[in-house]
Amino acid sequence: MSEPLVQVRGVRKEYRRGTEVVPVLDGLDLDIQAGDYLALMGPSGSGKSTLLNLLGGLDQPTSGTIRVGGTSIEGLSSNELASWRASHVGFIFQMYNLLPVLTARQNVELPLLLTPQSKAERTHRADAALALVGLSDRANHKPAELSGGQEQRVGIARAIVTDPELLLCDEPTGDLDRKSGDQILDLFDALNREAGKTIVMVTHDPRAAARARRILYLDKGVLVREEA
Amino acid sequence: MAGLFSLLPLLGAAFSRHRARLFFTVASIVVAFMLFGLLGAVRFALTGGVEVVGQDRIITTGKVSIIERLPRSYLTQVRQLSEVRQASSLCWFGGIYQDPRKQLVVFAIDPNYFSMYPQLKVSQAGLSDWQGDRAAAVVGQALATQYGWKVGDLIPLKSNIYRRKDQAVAWPIKVAAIYSADDQPANTIFIHYDYFNESLASGRDQIGWVVSQLKHPGQAAQVSSAIDALFANSRQETKTSTEKAVAQSFANQIGNIGAILTFIVTAVFFAMLLVTANTMAQSVRERTPELAVLKTLGFNDGAVMLLILSESLVITLLGAVVGLGVAWLITSALEPSLHAVLPFFRIPPSTALQGLVVAAGLGLAAGLVPGWLAMRLKIVSALRAV
Repeated sequence: MSEPLVQVRGVRKEYRRGTEVVPVLDGLDLDIQAGDYLALMGPSGSGKSTLLNLLGGLDQPTSGTIRVGGTSIEGLSSNELASWRASHVGFIFQMYNLLPVLTARQNVELPLLLTPQSKAERTHRADAALALVGLSDRANHKPAELSGGQEQRVGIARAIVTDPELLLCDEPTGDLDRKSGDQILDLFDALNREAGKTIVMVTHDPRAAARARRILYLDKGVLVREEA
Repeated sequence: MAGLFSLLPLLGAAFSRHRARLFFTVASIVVAFMLFGLLGAVRFALTGGVEVVGQDRIITTGKVSIIERLPRSYLTQVRQLSEVRQASSLCWFGGIYQDPRKQLVVFAIDPNYFSMYPQLKVSQAGLSDWQGDRAAAVVGQALATQYGWKVGDLIPLKSNIYRRKDQAVAWPIKVAAIYSADDQPANTIFIHYDYFNESLASGRDQIGWVVSQLKHPGQAAQVSSAIDALFANSRQETKTSTEKAVAQSFANQIGNIGAILTFIVTAVFFAMLLVTANTMAQSVRERTPELAVLKTLGFNDGAVMLLILSESLVITLLGAVVGLGVAWLITSALEPSLHAVLPFFRIPPSTALQGLVVAAGLGLAAGLVPGWLAMRLKIVSALRAV
């Protein structure tokens, strides 16, 4: 079997609260194969979001190693991580995190500003990503003019516009009604099955988790159970 | 690192929020730079003449003050020095035409004066006419235009210093020629010293100062000392300096203008720095989650710093350009009416350039701390603030 896309070994993460040291992840091991679709579940404070942040290079582990696509990201500097994130990871947030003063197209175009592409190329790729999430007709709308479900779809378009291999989703349906949530989950299914994207999704919603191929349960910083 | 060009869409977006705050911030900078431009124009008006004086001319004045009067015989003695090519006396007339509140610059001079100042352009025919007519005057183009004077016109010129011995109020002066000048405003009236001197009720055979043109410019210091030595221990000792030094000393009569204006401008700019820094700090604070998103998407620390500094720079440079533009409009509008009093009342290019450099410096200074804070932002903590 080939090397997993994500390989987590002995990862510990501690936070300091005054003089107190609070362990959040405690010696975690995890492999995620390319093309996998993983749901992370567990009670609040179990370490789900912390693990997601570590996989995306938004935070650094206290100890242990994280390899993604053959790169050990735990040793990278802040600027190296930024560059790595730009080309390898797409992030999807619970609150969408779109820039309110930009249109949907401009929001999707944001990650492309870091590439040497021309304005025309950027627009073309942003429009293609918006078409993929079914929002071609909303390209010139600002976030305030979109529904929650549409905002999240713009967020997904932004995450996939650079064609990253790994999509990290933090409660992507947590702020949506059931119908909109289902549309988002349908999109994830398509991105996983048809585009081969590896997806790691943190969720509290068992219905959302049921769409994944694997469900991992965390509690107090350790993996307690896995369901396929 | 993302180039500045690729950040332009984000820069535009940053300015499209809180437009009222942006407007008031830029407006305060506009006022600061308008003041800077106007004060620069005042400084140039008061000291600008210093820059256009010749290097081969020296001026002899009274030792105590530039307004002290000297005996006419000093001119004769200076002319006898072998190093002096030629010399002329000048006497401040204190001219008034029609409106006593508007003083004209009128000098009584000797006939050879214009040959010492090649930058004053007078036609040969006009100069001959003037030299041949004791009651004639050479008038600056700017004044001629302002008052509609033509060659041949008779001007009744009054003085707020001197009285005529015949009790007449005015000196009738005939315009013999009109001069122009390349490097300074042509706003002076030159009359004959002899005509002026002979008509005086009292204080005849006195002059204001002596201008000497040297055979060799390099001898200025040596000849100045020789002239002052001629009149040492006399009732009226002299002080001889280059034209530039005298012009500077004349400007300094008004006080250390440069220091006063620098103090005012520094205080204004410091206030402006605080206003801009506050705006940028507020802007960064409000956009903390957005900046975290940008960093999540791959914008590195340098790009974030560049974005904030660019915003700050655009605000200060925009304010500076508009402020200096408004100051330029004001000086252009006022210059004609102030011409006689402040002939150089305009913003010199060096001041405008200095303003833009200061604006860039203040922009960078105002954006530095907010930019640093944005750069050091912890993504995970900042995203939690959403």
